[in-house]
Amino acid sequence: MTADMTADASYGAASDRTPQPSRSVRTAGRQHDVARFYVRRFVRNRLAVAGAVIFLLLVVFSATGDAFTSYAYSDTDFAALTQPPSAVHWFGTNQGGNDIYASAVHGLRRSLTIAVSVSVLTLAVAAVVGSSAAYFGGRAEKATLAVIHFLLVVPSFLILALVSNRLAGDWRVLIVVLTVFGWMSTARIIWSVSTSLRERDFVAAAEFMGVSPLRIVVRHIIPNLGSLLIVNLTLGVVTTVLSETALSFIGFGVQTPDVSLGTMLADGASTITSAPWLFAFPAGLVVLLTVSMALIGDGLRDALDPLSSTGAGGRR
Amino acid sequence: MSPGAALSAETHAKETAAPVLSVRDLRISFPSEAGTVEAVRGISFDLLPGRTLGIVGESGSGKSATAMGIMGLLPPSATAGGSVLLGGRDLVGMDDRALSRVRGRSIGMVFQDPLSSLTPIFSVGRLLSDALRVHQDLTRQAAWERAVELLDLVGIPAPRERAGAFPHEFSGGMRQRVVIAMAIANRPSVLVADEPTTALDVTVQAQILDVLRLAQRETGAGLVLITHDLGVVAGHADDVAVMYAGRFVERAGVDELFHRPTMPYTARLLAAVPTVDGGTPRPLVPIGGEPPVLVDLPAGCPFAARCAVAVDACADTEPELRSVPGHGEVACLRAEAVAEGLLDPSGPDAPDAPAPAPAPAPGTGPTRVGEVVLRVEDLVKTFPVTKGGLLKRRVGTVHAVNGVGFELRAGETLGLVGESGSGKTTTLLEILRLSRPEGGRIEIAGVDVGAQDAAERVRGLRRDVQIVMQDPLGALDPRLTVRRLLAEPLQAVGQDRTSILGRVEELLALVGLDSAVGDRFPAALSGGQRQRVAIARALATEPKLLALDEPLSALDVSVQAGVINLLARLKRELSLAYLVVSHDLGVVRHVSDRVAVMYLGRIVESGTTESVFSDPRHPYTRALLSAIPLPDPRRERTRERVVLEGEQPSATRPPTGCVFVDRCPLYRVADDGTRRRCLTHRPEQVRVTERPDHQYACHLA
Repeated sequence: MTADMTADASYGAASDRTPQPSRSVRTAGRQHDVARFYVRRFVRNRLAVAGAVIFLLLVVFSATGDAFTSYAYSDTDFAALTQPPSAVHWFGTNQGGNDIYASAVHGLRRSLTIAVSVSVLTLAVAAVVGSSAAYFGGRAEKATLAVIHFLLVVPSFLILALVSNRLAGDWRVLIVVLTVFGWMSTARIIWSVSTSLRERDFVAAAEFMGVSPLRIVVRHIIPNLGSLLIVNLTLGVVTTVLSETALSFIGFGVQTPDVSLGTMLADGASTITSAPWLFAFPAGLVVLLTVSMALIGDGLRDALDPLSSTGAGGRR
Repeated sequence: MSPGAALSAETHAKETAAPVLSVRDLRISFPSEAGTVEAVRGISFDLLPGRTLGIVGESGSGKSATAMGIMGLLPPSATAGGSVLLGGRDLVGMDDRALSRVRGRSIGMVFQDPLSSLTPIFSVGRLLSDALRVHQDLTRQAAWERAVELLDLVGIPAPRERAGAFPHEFSGGMRQRVVIAMAIANRPSVLVADEPTTALDVTVQAQILDVLRLAQRETGAGLVLITHDLGVVAGHADDVAVMYAGRFVERAGVDELFHRPTMPYTARLLAAVPTVDGGTPRPLVPIGGEPPVLVDLPAGCPFAARCAVAVDACADTEPELRSVPGHGEVACLRAEAVAEGLLDPSGPDAPDAPAPAPAPAPGTGPTRVGEVVLRVEDLVKTFPVTKGGLLKRRVGTVHAVNGVGFELRAGETLGLVGESGSGKTTTLLEILRLSRPEGGRIEIAGVDVGAQDAAERVRGLRRDVQIVMQDPLGALDPRLTVRRLLAEPLQAVGQDRTSILGRVEELLALVGLDSAVGDRFPAALSGGQRQRVAIARALATEPKLLALDEPLSALDVSVQAGVINLLARLKRELSLAYLVVSHDLGVVRHVSDRVAVMYLGRIVESGTTESVFSDPRHPYTRALLSAIPLPDPRRERTRERVVLEGEQPSATRPPTGCVFVDRCPLYRVADDGTRRRCLTHRPEQVRVTERPDHQYACHLA
């Protein structure tokens, strides 16, 4: 399940990034135990489990949903314009005769792809920039922080809107643009946590062993940000879904004929009284997606934080 | 107080006074991932007014949980049972509001860390008068007056002026005095001191313990003194209770307990304490094993697994605390045999005590002295003192290390001793940095690390110099397994995979760890195992010089001895050179061949361990040695002490003359001419006749 994957990812972080000298089967087994420990703590939180189940269902729905309908999202049924939900069109149709069910499946898939990739990319950028700035310190740190603070005060949403409009609404371009303007606040948080990690003894010990600075960042600092990174990953999905929807809603994100939840919301909003199903289904999906991610994020934070109260008093 | 007097006082007190605090079958447990941790498993005692009960135990024995339980400061997740009767009321199960009225008024508390127990935004006078006004009907003015009196009582100089100062403006020792003043402000009938001197330097510790005794005498309160330091207990307690695995395993008058410890655990613990007194140090006998985890304890004596004299019956039922004639109360089936001296608690052959590798009579000089591994000459290190947030101005300079020099040969151990702020750790880190020092010269294995043309060779030195840090839990990355931790230094010097794999197994064996430990994470190891991993990691690249920064201070006494023996064995087998930095003179005495005593960035005395410990010349060394509490009440209470006043000054403006001048007992009684010389001329190193290695820097000694 999700929790299993993420907990594994946190412990595997070091091994994925650095060459592995001595990975034995037993090491892997031991890591599995650690993952199980986190899963147990995660499962104890009912709401988080509910979130994980909802998210999983949404993923399954977006991947396999179009097998249950004969319509594709781009097909137009001129015999059924603006029809409410029926046996033929489960979620109804819009003014152009597009099947809303097929559109919702496709839109969700598009939104999910964008959200997950943007979230992973921003996090990667933020982790490397934030922790390197903290570790190297001095001028590099000052310069990086200046850039971060500058980008944070710039009204990025406006710039985003302008840039993505120029680039003609390709969803891949949207991923890049959202990443470029989305990493700063996470980087700022990671930087501040890393500054305390920099002072830890194990970092000094690595320095005295002659481990190279880059390796210290990748092997000792970033993995120790573990829970922070994972929580930011889930929350990043929420914010990306919201900003992608918002951009598409005001007409700057995904462009027709492509469909995302945002464009569907934009289309449905104007007819919310006369044809509410056009708005209700995509809106419902957005709510389910963001709520489930928020629940998972909360659950992970509690499960991975050894000092959390819901985790029943410490790990030792 | 002589032992006889103590005894009669005890019986006398028992007849007349009612206990101020009586604890009955106190049980405390905490929930945890692994199950319920039974931190305290049924302890009972009575505390009489004016008496001191010392509770000793290692970490995890439940002594701090006991303190918290008595004061009702347990976290909400904990469950407490039994009763704590104070003035006829039971504190267990009392609600927080009612408890707040008791705390401060009837119970005073002194904690380990004085900075975090004082609110930083109020002046100490305000803190004290608030504490008074909560429980007493006093005007602001009267409370302030009383606060000043209290500060005077605990020995704060110029109390009227200092009452307006904030906690951060006081030094550690002065802060702890303020905390004591707050604890006794409302004349409580019970004082609870939980590790009151652990965070302090040893010369300051002596002062604070005296203040605590004074405070107790002033209020007539009963004192519960909780500590891990057997020496502190020997000097200050009337009765001692030894805690192990959440229970009292032995309780007796202080003299009986130290004279003939009857519970095997107590006896072994005493045998494992490194001490500073006497002639040649005896080899330390580690207890072996680790204290049990307090989750689902098996039936039977919790110490049985580590006990050398356990019999089969020990594993069946846990012995109750019962009284043994002349030896207080002991929870051991074989207590009578031990009490009568028929049974040696260390056992004929202690089960898993690794044959205390005939600790090659440490102190008798190096076994095999090789070439010079490290030479430090006139080392200087300063730090700027800055002020202001945005635009930092340099307002001064801390002379952390000021002209330190020594030599270290292969197969030899040099101990750098001093209190915090003496510059010992800075010296160590400067050597490890492997770059040109600010002043002076550092030469490692014949290579001058500051030389222009030696950059390549200096890089090669990385593998020759390694460090073992104070806190192994902090020094080991929590996200890596032991095997990967051990591989790291080898990867850093560019060894290939297969040779690393083999070397890691060798290292585990070398420090006596099971191969299965290799797959664990540091958090899953015990303290002793962690430090062994840290040592193994430092040895990975076969260094010539090992720097040990307080290598034992994070370990329990019963585990310490094992690590000391390990270090001795490794030195002999690999002919390493150790540079040990420690504030603990007992430890230094056991591991070092030579010692150098540092004060305010300078070495004030150095020589072979035996020579310095048996015949200290410098007044600071003498004071330092006499400040260390001995785990023997008779000698501890009768010996002559040199109690230093004040604390080590900050090194921002080092005196032009002798660094020790403002605390020196000799200076105080010297005549004017000599005094002038002390103030203006820095004393040269003087050699002790007949022992050319022993030198000290003093005009008067």
